[in-house]
Amino acid sequence: MPELDEKAKGSKNLDKLIRFQNVTLKIGHHQLIHDISCSINTTGKIVVMGPNGAGKSLFLRLLAGLMKPTAGKITRGAHFLEHNQNMNLSMVFQNPVLLRRSTRANIEYALQRMNISRQQRLQLISSALGVARLEEKALISARRLSGGEQQRLALARAMVVKPKLLLLDEVTASLDPASTQIVETMIDEAANSGTKVVLITHDVRQAKRIADNILFIHQGKIFAYEPVRKFFRDPGSHEAQAYLDGKLPNPDLGSE
Amino acid sequence: MGDLSEAFRIAFHLLASFDRELFEIIALSLKVSLVAVAISCFFGFLMGAALCVYRFRGKQIIVIIINALMGLPPVVVGLCVYLMLSRSGPLGVFGLLYTPTAMIIAQVLLITPLIGALSLQVLHEMHKEYDEFFRSLHLSPLAKIKTLLWDARFGLIIVGLAGFGRAISEVGAVMIVGGNINHLTRIMTTAIALETSKGTLALALALGIILLGFSVSLNAAVMFLRSAISDDKNA
Repeated sequence: MPELDEKAKGSKNLDKLIRFQNVTLKIGHHQLIHDISCSINTTGKIVVMGPNGAGKSLFLRLLAGLMKPTAGKITRGAHFLEHNQNMNLSMVFQNPVLLRRSTRANIEYALQRMNISRQQRLQLISSALGVARLEEKALISARRLSGGEQQRLALARAMVVKPKLLLLDEVTASLDPASTQIVETMIDEAANSGTKVVLITHDVRQAKRIADNILFIHQGKIFAYEPVRKFFRDPGSHEAQAYLDGKLPNPDLGSE
Repeated sequence: MGDLSEAFRIAFHLLASFDRELFEIIALSLKVSLVAVAISCFFGFLMGAALCVYRFRGKQIIVIIINALMGLPPVVVGLCVYLMLSRSGPLGVFGLLYTPTAMIIAQVLLITPLIGALSLQVLHEMHKEYDEFFRSLHLSPLAKIKTLLWDARFGLIIVGLAGFGRAISEVGAVMIVGGNINHLTRIMTTAIALETSKGTLALALALGIILLGFSVSLNAAVMFLRSAISDDKNA
């Protein structure tokens, strides 16, 4: 079973952010995650790929602690725990969840839980609005923003607390190329400032642009967990190769 | 027809001449209903938000009970409060029967389930939307409740107005526990009931017109708020 980040393994930072040990998830009589073992290092960007219904979103929710494994263990490393525990993880969903407040107040909401001065808070809000290119829309209701702007705001709000781990569930799935580009720039900025990013996408070109490592899931199992170049050169499993070739049967279509 | 035009004339005359007795009745009506609504909103909103946020066994039963209590007959509430506050009742020592406080207690018991059930509906939809976001932030239940109450404020104001509408137009319970005593516990609805029983229909109608005025103003406020909320949602 893959255990990487190869890239990070070679780096000085060997600390594990989160480790999955034989994690299984059952909902009702259905086993959706099968005995997954892997570790997530503290830096870089992992792109999670796999066909619809493979268990990618469940994997992300297990990482976020939104779901508890039926069997196995998920442990968090010291690097993760030393940070304020409420701040160490942010998640952005495919459909952004925005509070019924102004754009600015949405970002401020994330900062309320941080023990910082008003001056610092104002600086962080202003900087987050700048990164998301929403300075001119700071005072309007977040719900009046376009889809792309809403996703940028959700991402800016998630990033403003400088989390250790940023989880992104198909955040660019419904965005136009321009908005996708801005979101990808924001993701790069987050990673460059020391946040570990785990992103789900179906877009192979986006995965090549963003990823340091690819984690390939199919039928609730990890079939590949490789550095991006290696994965696209030699995915290391028939299933991953079939997925890249567009031949992997789609569980949603009942063709398994 | 004659009664109706006479009623309008009397209503206008009473209002224009700042009739002391009328304004005393209006002031007491507003005081009793507003205090009752404020107390009910405090408990009802918290109840609605807590039922959204906390998961526990038997929650569904509580929701069913609250929904059922929305249709509580006012006279039954009045009778129960009367039994509690009467001299031989458990709270008789406080001497609250036939006071505005007794009327407030009765109205609070009557409208808290209404406000709780309606606010639960408003907050439940919002909580469904926010739930994963909240959980991803590992927020405490109190932080979730504060966020829900703030973000649903416009919807909750409408709930409060609905509660006020029920309180201001209520007659059965306040009649039993207030006694409709002149200058002490007489409010709009009990005054209308009294004037009707005396046969002074024009005066009763005049008071009814003024009460109707409150109701129309209230509905206008609700409509205004509703359109403001839907603008905010749809844009």
